[in-house]
Amino acid sequence: MTEEKKNKKNYEGADQESLQLLKKMEDHGIESSYDRYDAQQPQCGYGKIGLCCRHCQMGPCNVDPFGRGPSKGVCGADANTIAARHFVRYVAAGTAAHSDHGRSVAELLIATARGEAKGYRVTDVNKLHEVAKVFDVSTEGRETNEIAEEVGEMALAEFGKAYGTQKFATKAPETRQKIWEKLKITPRAIDREVTESMHRTGMGTDQDYKNLIMQACRTSMADGWGGAMIATELQDILFGTPKPTRGTANLGVIKEDEVNIIVHGHEPQMSEMVAVAASDPELLKEAEAAGAKGIALAGICCTANEMLLRHSIPLAGHMKMQEMAIATGAVEAIVVDIQCVMQGDEEVARAFHTKMITTSPKAKVDGAMHIEINDENAYEKAKDIVRIAIKNFPERDKKKVFIPKGKKSDVVVGFTHETIKYMLGGKYRASYRPLNDNIMNGRIRGVVGVVGCTSSILWPDQLPYMELVNDLIANDILVVQTGCAAAECAREGMMVPEHMEVAGPGLREVCEAVGMPPVLHAGSCVDNSRILIACSEMVQEGGLGNDISDLPVAGVCLDWMHEKALAIGQYFVSSGVYTLFGTKSMVAGAPDVDKFLNEEIEDIVGGKWSFTPDLKEMATLIKDHIEKKRDALGINEKKERKLYDMEDRRALSID
Amino acid sequence: MSRIIATAAIRGAHSIVKQAEDKLREAIESKGKDCKVDFPDTGYYLPIIYSATAFEVKTLGDCEEALGHARALLPPVPEEKIYLPYLGWALDAGIATLFAEEVMEACKYLIGPNPVDGIWLGAAADVILRERGIEFVDGTAPGFAAVVGAAPTNEIAVQIARELQEKNLYIFISGNTNGKSFAEQLDEEGVQLGWETRLVPFGKNITSTIYSLGFANKAALSFGGIKPADFTRNLLYNKNRIFAFVMALGEVDDEKYANAAGAINYGFPTIADTDIPEILPTGVCTYEHVVPLVPHDKIVEKCIEVRGLKVAAAKVDIPVAYGPAFEGERIRKDDMQIEVGGPGTPAFEYVVMRDNNDIEDGKIEVVGPEMDEMEIGPGKPLGVYVEVSGRKMQADFEPIFERRTHHFLGEAQGFFHMGQRDIIRHRISKDAFEKGFRIKHLGNIIHSKYHEEYGALLDKVQVTLYTNKEEVEKKLDEVKAAFTERDDRALGMTDASVNQFYSCTLCQSFAPSHVCIISPERSGLCGAVSWLDGKAGYEITPTGPNQPIEKGKTIDESLGLWEGTNDFLYNASNKEFEQVSMYSMVTNPMTSCGCFECISAMLPLTNGIMTVDRDFTGMTPCGMKFSTLAGTVGGGIQTPGFVGHSKFYMGSSKFISGDGGLARMVWMPKHLKDEIADALTTAAEEAGLDDFVNKIADETIAQTEEEVLEYLQKVDHPVLKLDPMF
Repeated sequence: MTEEKKNKKNYEGADQESLQLLKKMEDHGIESSYDRYDAQQPQCGYGKIGLCCRHCQMGPCNVDPFGRGPSKGVCGADANTIAARHFVRYVAAGTAAHSDHGRSVAELLIATARGEAKGYRVTDVNKLHEVAKVFDVSTEGRETNEIAEEVGEMALAEFGKAYGTQKFATKAPETRQKIWEKLKITPRAIDREVTESMHRTGMGTDQDYKNLIMQACRTSMADGWGGAMIATELQDILFGTPKPTRGTANLGVIKEDEVNIIVHGHEPQMSEMVAVAASDPELLKEAEAAGAKGIALAGICCTANEMLLRHSIPLAGHMKMQEMAIATGAVEAIVVDIQCVMQGDEEVARAFHTKMITTSPKAKVDGAMHIEINDENAYEKAKDIVRIAIKNFPERDKKKVFIPKGKKSDVVVGFTHETIKYMLGGKYRASYRPLNDNIMNGRIRGVVGVVGCTSSILWPDQLPYMELVNDLIANDILVVQTGCAAAECAREGMMVPEHMEVAGPGLREVCEAVGMPPVLHAGSCVDNSRILIACSEMVQEGGLGNDISDLPVAGVCLDWMHEKALAIGQYFVSSGVYTLFGTKSMVAGAPDVDKFLNEEIEDIVGGKWSFTPDLKEMATLIKDHIEKKRDALGINEKKERKLYDMEDRRALSID
Repeated sequence: MSRIIATAAIRGAHSIVKQAEDKLREAIESKGKDCKVDFPDTGYYLPIIYSATAFEVKTLGDCEEALGHARALLPPVPEEKIYLPYLGWALDAGIATLFAEEVMEACKYLIGPNPVDGIWLGAAADVILRERGIEFVDGTAPGFAAVVGAAPTNEIAVQIARELQEKNLYIFISGNTNGKSFAEQLDEEGVQLGWETRLVPFGKNITSTIYSLGFANKAALSFGGIKPADFTRNLLYNKNRIFAFVMALGEVDDEKYANAAGAINYGFPTIADTDIPEILPTGVCTYEHVVPLVPHDKIVEKCIEVRGLKVAAAKVDIPVAYGPAFEGERIRKDDMQIEVGGPGTPAFEYVVMRDNNDIEDGKIEVVGPEMDEMEIGPGKPLGVYVEVSGRKMQADFEPIFERRTHHFLGEAQGFFHMGQRDIIRHRISKDAFEKGFRIKHLGNIIHSKYHEEYGALLDKVQVTLYTNKEEVEKKLDEVKAAFTERDDRALGMTDASVNQFYSCTLCQSFAPSHVCIISPERSGLCGAVSWLDGKAGYEITPTGPNQPIEKGKTIDESLGLWEGTNDFLYNASNKEFEQVSMYSMVTNPMTSCGCFECISAMLPLTNGIMTVDRDFTGMTPCGMKFSTLAGTVGGGIQTPGFVGHSKFYMGSSKFISGDGGLARMVWMPKHLKDEIADALTTAAEEAGLDDFVNKIADETIAQTEEEVLEYLQKVDHPVLKLDPMF
């Protein structure tokens, strides 16, 4: 968990599958992101700590953190302003990314409801009705598609509505909503927050770091309680709400003798249709004719998470493994849409027979084949893509193929807030009660979300996610994961119920009672919104305070690299969650902003940041925080078992 | 480990659903799909299925659909490794099991073996539900122990049963271990089984466990105001109100696990005497879910602890067990040591108020021979002479205390209490005598129970027990004179003679808008609370459910409308209702909770009303059975044209006097007519109605409204001359 550079590449160590492929790439003279990271050294020291401003053409300006050089930019902006602007723009970009994803889903829902999107349909009607309630869309006596269309339109309106705040924010506990109202940070239209953030961080507008950070709060929540939540909830409506299911993870899922198609990126629109096409009997026949035993689909990055959770489609790897997957030499096509797709993939693909196919008009890659997929033509285009892969199968050079034989991990995934409820009580007693009860009685100390990116700064012999997660569960802390962090732990085989052996006695007992792994995979990076709702439901269930900030929970991202991660972190902080990132602070050059984010903001919004690359320190911070919250809730005091007489029983609610 | 239990439960569920399908096929082959199917005397169909889905199973064809629901709930059996979460599955499998078992048991009523056989009682009728279920709601019974299987020896079975009875729990018995059932063990030891003793043998097969759980569901529907299909709330009602648990004795097989999983949905944990896996984390139940390997001498305590139950067991210092479960125990002639009272033997129970200085608290004296000096057999005189004092005591409360003696003494194991005042007839069993029970212990019971229940009113209780004939006869003169005086005083008490009525809002725990207003001439609809009881209740607990209501300004004398009663109703009903007519069932009648002894309903064709009591299970002329009517009227609402009331109210001159009074009465069940014939005759005479009781139709005369009308015309019933009711 350090950014320390390994000059001499060491191919011994933990993640042998990745390392073997990196070795192969080196042997074949194929450049990897690790090589490019090395080439970038030393990276800009000002930029790393938030002190490089290039928002106008009087700059770029740097402020000297050691006080020897200039202390202000040309316009007079000081370190605090420059770092805070930098921070806000990160958050705005991350919000834009998740939200534009959400917008696509809303548009697809409308097209589907109108019958214009062939191959798609509304799968989860219950969820549709739930979301309809949030958007005040009536369901009584209406056709599913009619409801879906209106829900889609209401969701789309969330992006640009002139008045009012995000509807999904009403799912937060009332206390939390009041805090936001008082601070005036309940998110308004999503696009407006992003636009305003861009405006305020340009030359000569907002130059008060606290005021800027409060805008970061509001913007980030337009992501978490806005765009990202729209993406998650509407994807569930369209493709089904994931429920616990088995699968496999790691590079070994790529098949020796089948047509391998890697889907990579974020939106399930494309990958869902490729999955349908890949099981088309006609295409399977064509694959057979091409000499393949079948068509194997595997995912990378959050597309992989979406497909694994909903369809048990194997997960080949997370973000930093994308080039390695191609480097197996066994991939006929890597099909991508948006976000976290490295331009380097195209070069790796070119070293083999692999076709790289871009599908979104928003994301083309120079040199890659582009087959545009939209709501109307998705199924046909997906078939075209599969056919291209099949035709490419005979081009595979067997001599260049190397699929690591090592670990191919089994996983049990699909723990959405709905299925957690079911899993804890069945159809009729579904609730968070058992979770809250066992937190209250101390079997489970708390819950930590370990989410976010993996990055090529870290050589694969280091497994900080595994180390931290195992430390947490050994201390009876339940871990919920999303995104590439989840993919990393899945790959390591930590997402099976048998992994409860590593858990502390209390958590293990609960895992045994429920039959669940101690590390729960809740989805992709937009699905962090599921964790917001889960936290809200824990508050609602009772016994753990009145607000998210009362809960013994924390959020962690170790290896963050994308702006989306910062938006996620900031919306958790703004929602009252202590959030820890495993890097040095990106505003370290501005001690006031740093202090504001790491300390003072807690008194304002209830959550705060910590940045530390030291895993041990991080684990201690988390555990101390959880125990502090438990103390405040009074649940750390050993209580006598309450026995109920008639009066006590009457006082119990049955709702 | 839990996976073993979940796997076993799910396997068991699959097996039971399969068995139910086979049984149903057999039933359909012999009776056809249209054949009617039900549990006897219930308005709740197959209650678990009805509670969960609102589906009214009426025919064997409906059973097929019900089994479809069961099948749909059946999860796969968890894998050995890399399994998917199984807790939710196991709970669903439990519910599937219960659905299937209900269908199976219902089929048994049609094609056998009959669930009612020998000691086995089968489904509880709604009459029993109303009578017993209310005890779960008012706290008289904290819950039930569903005992499944059999104890290793009969002796242990009896010991466990007695201990459970002492905790005031109902003991619902089902299933067997190697062909032996807990109920059979008790029966072999001569323990009296049945609802009276709270030892209820439902059935020998494990499938009869549904009678326990169905009873719990019905209690929630009936008293909890939970609607069918609102199953989650029904289950939560059970988790938070009815403190039941499963006691598994002997080996636990797949099918027992499946039933245990069903019970866990209700928040009822399983406590076993065998070495089965445990599930300790909490959440679905209040505390642990499955606790194994509990020794028999600790198992009752453990059950109560695991369920989280606080039992306020009375501590009465007597050599026999004590608790409401023993009240219904009968003592046969051959088992009795002595019988006191009875024809030709002077005996009485009497409570009188004294000045504080005149008596000594705790003084218990037997004047005359003790039991040791008595011969075995009947005809023993006894005078139970109780003197009480206290600053808040009033002479009016004497009869209330006296009446309670029936319960207080009856709850001693081996004491059989019958009658009251000077017509008592009690038995003491040989068994109790051998354990050391004596006449003087009656004094101990009265002393401690009076203090326990009426401590707020009483300072001193002194009991003298006369056992010698002359003394008893001498005292009897004084006692009889007191009774006469008391009766005269009670007769003189009318609604007009008092300024205050009393409320009773005890039932708001399940009917939140219900407010009983109790006047001297209209007792509480449950029949258990008179105006004097209300008054005493208020003195005992000034912040309790009985509050004084100043009548205030009269709005309408004939309907019984006062400003004070209206204001009280408005506030106490949580602003749900604004007006209540004390004497009308047409205009703003009183709300009904669900505990009514009787329901009156208009019969529009006849211009009159019919009254049905809860013991009548047949169809009534209004087209509804009591249970259906109860569903319409209960739950704390005003239902014009219908009203729930006590039997006492029917003999009152204020009985729907605003609607024309007793003359409206055109039909009631024959047994009810017989039961209250004296009161009715007196009331009719006072109202100037000739030979009135004979003009009231009953089920032997008329079953439909038309037949009632025909009879009324034949006997020239006075209702025919009355103005229309509305």
